[in-house]
Amino acid sequence: MLQTATRAGAKTSKKDPPHERYLEAFRWMLQTRIFEEKLTSLYRGGLITGGVYVGRGQEAVSTACGLFLQKGDVFGPLIRDQAGRAAAGEPLLNVTRTYLGSRQGSMRGRDGNIHRGWPETGQLAMISHLGSLISVVVGKLMAKRMKGEKNFIGLTTIGEGGMQTGATHEGMNIASVEKVPLVLVAVNNHFAYSTPNDRQFACAQLVDRAPGYGYEGHEVDGTKLADCLDEIGGAVERARAGGPPQLVVASLLRLAGHGEHDDASYVPAEIKKESWAQDCVPATEKLILEKGWLDAATLKQWRAEISAEVEKAVETAQREAAPVASEEDWCAISTRGMVDAPVLAGE
Amino acid sequence: MSVTYLEAIREAQAHLLREDERVYLYGQDIAGKFGGAFKATKGLAEKFPGRVLNTPISEDAMVGTAIGAAMEGMRPIVEMQFADFSSIALNQILNNAGTQFFRTNIPCPITVRLPSGGTKGSGPFHSQSMEAIYSHYPGLVVVTPATVEDAYTMLIDAVAIDDPVIYCEHKYLYYHLKADALPKDRLPIGKARIVRPGRDLSIVTYSAMVHEALAVAKEFSASGVEIEVVDLRSIKPLDTETVLASVARTGRLLCVGESFPWGGATAEVIARVATEGFHLLDAAPARINARDTPIPYHPNLWVDHRPNAKSIAAKARRILAE
Repeated sequence: MLQTATRAGAKTSKKDPPHERYLEAFRWMLQTRIFEEKLTSLYRGGLITGGVYVGRGQEAVSTACGLFLQKGDVFGPLIRDQAGRAAAGEPLLNVTRTYLGSRQGSMRGRDGNIHRGWPETGQLAMISHLGSLISVVVGKLMAKRMKGEKNFIGLTTIGEGGMQTGATHEGMNIASVEKVPLVLVAVNNHFAYSTPNDRQFACAQLVDRAPGYGYEGHEVDGTKLADCLDEIGGAVERARAGGPPQLVVASLLRLAGHGEHDDASYVPAEIKKESWAQDCVPATEKLILEKGWLDAATLKQWRAEISAEVEKAVETAQREAAPVASEEDWCAISTRGMVDAPVLAGE
Repeated sequence: MSVTYLEAIREAQAHLLREDERVYLYGQDIAGKFGGAFKATKGLAEKFPGRVLNTPISEDAMVGTAIGAAMEGMRPIVEMQFADFSSIALNQILNNAGTQFFRTNIPCPITVRLPSGGTKGSGPFHSQSMEAIYSHYPGLVVVTPATVEDAYTMLIDAVAIDDPVIYCEHKYLYYHLKADALPKDRLPIGKARIVRPGRDLSIVTYSAMVHEALAVAKEFSASGVEIEVVDLRSIKPLDTETVLASVARTGRLLCVGESFPWGGATAEVIARVATEGFHLLDAAPARINARDTPIPYHPNLWVDHRPNAKSIAAKARRILAE
């Protein structure tokens, strides 16, 4: 783990990275990239059933989403938030357990891939219906307030496609009505599965919606780590200080298919030349080396350490037992006396 | 002193707010002096400040926030203004609340109140009965109280259950049904009740149709035919045992439900009796539901759209003649 605490409050010089948690954040980005490449290779090798959904190109934004969360906060990560989930405390082992269907993962083989939660650090398990997590996060924040908890915030993410659902509209509005400390990070990765922006929305900028919901709105280039840390970190700080709900819209290009089954051949070549389409992981690494914030040997060592962590998480999960249908407790509710008996018996 | 079905619902909520600090009420127009479209929460906002909250017209988000709060340890009761509008919240109820425990092992104790069923002149969007849809999906408990006593105890019991409960309250019964006092005893959720014992035919029904069935049973009794009326009380879980025991006594089964005919509670009861108690039947089981059209506005059409004492009696005569 990086020792960044000593940097806090220190006067920034030209020799320092542009954000006090910059290098720590980059390590999460790098871990995510190496880890997700491993998941992809497992999927291509037929070792993962279902699908693999990666956040390639979104590591900077996602890391910033997870990095500023504290104990007692609520996190509602979505499909491309491996980096944020890890930065917010979910171990790699829970990810491999979920992807590989180990009974010991938080979803126990009952749900897979990105549909997983990590309650230990307040991470909710998303459902596939976009926008529906926003109001759930709001409800958690309402309950925390009712119980007298203090100093908590909720952060959840959405894409430019998910921004167009009714649930997102209702969820964003009710957060304002209930005056809860919510940060909504909307990542415009320019393709909702295969559909580009012009068939998703017709307002000039998604951030223009912020004042309509009573939010403070911010835009950020999602490929620039320092900007992501500043904007998302700032939004978290303002929400924690009692400010209105915060909308941060990040612009970037999804550098993978919707899932690893998808070759994304519908993405036109010219869009890849846009400044916001660059790959944030090598771009950040290049800057770190150029500025001398870390040397090549250290980065090499990080890679080796991360690869070892990834291999260990995969190997451990692969050794663990898969769920067995005949041993499964086929029960959808927690109250035994309320189970509809003939249905339970599968008759 | 008498208590109406609606007052029982209000009193149950008052009791819950008094006894359990985790409980809060969440719905459209339920707070302030107004107290809800049907006044089911009248006076509660003043008595319990900060715990009876008006919401925007956002059924999806109303249930979404309740799910979040429930997972955080609260016991929210969501009031849908009309059961019909819960269709907007179907995703949160079925896919989020209904899957939560199975997927995550975290219980999701929300109660969603659905003012259900038809009243004269209410038309297609203020008259629906939704119990079949909610029962079809795993992960939910679905209750349909037919009496003042059940309206009271089943709402209190619903909130105590660690799982999502869909509480279908019938609007026609709000003012029509009165009891002398609030009940002291309770029959647990999941148990059907023999409302009237009989030997010649079992009518298995629930909610407002219990009272139509009782009227038929009374009419038939005058001519020496004894109909047994079974009030299911909860659609899920379904008390198959009590239904089978009743059919064992009478040999004949008629299921009555106010909702649409395709699938649903009546079909499920008949399927279970046919598969598990075929040998008990002396005649083919039958059922009556509403017609397979949207619920019409005009009273002349509406009375004919849903089952009523007349149509139930006609069907009963045919089964008894077999």
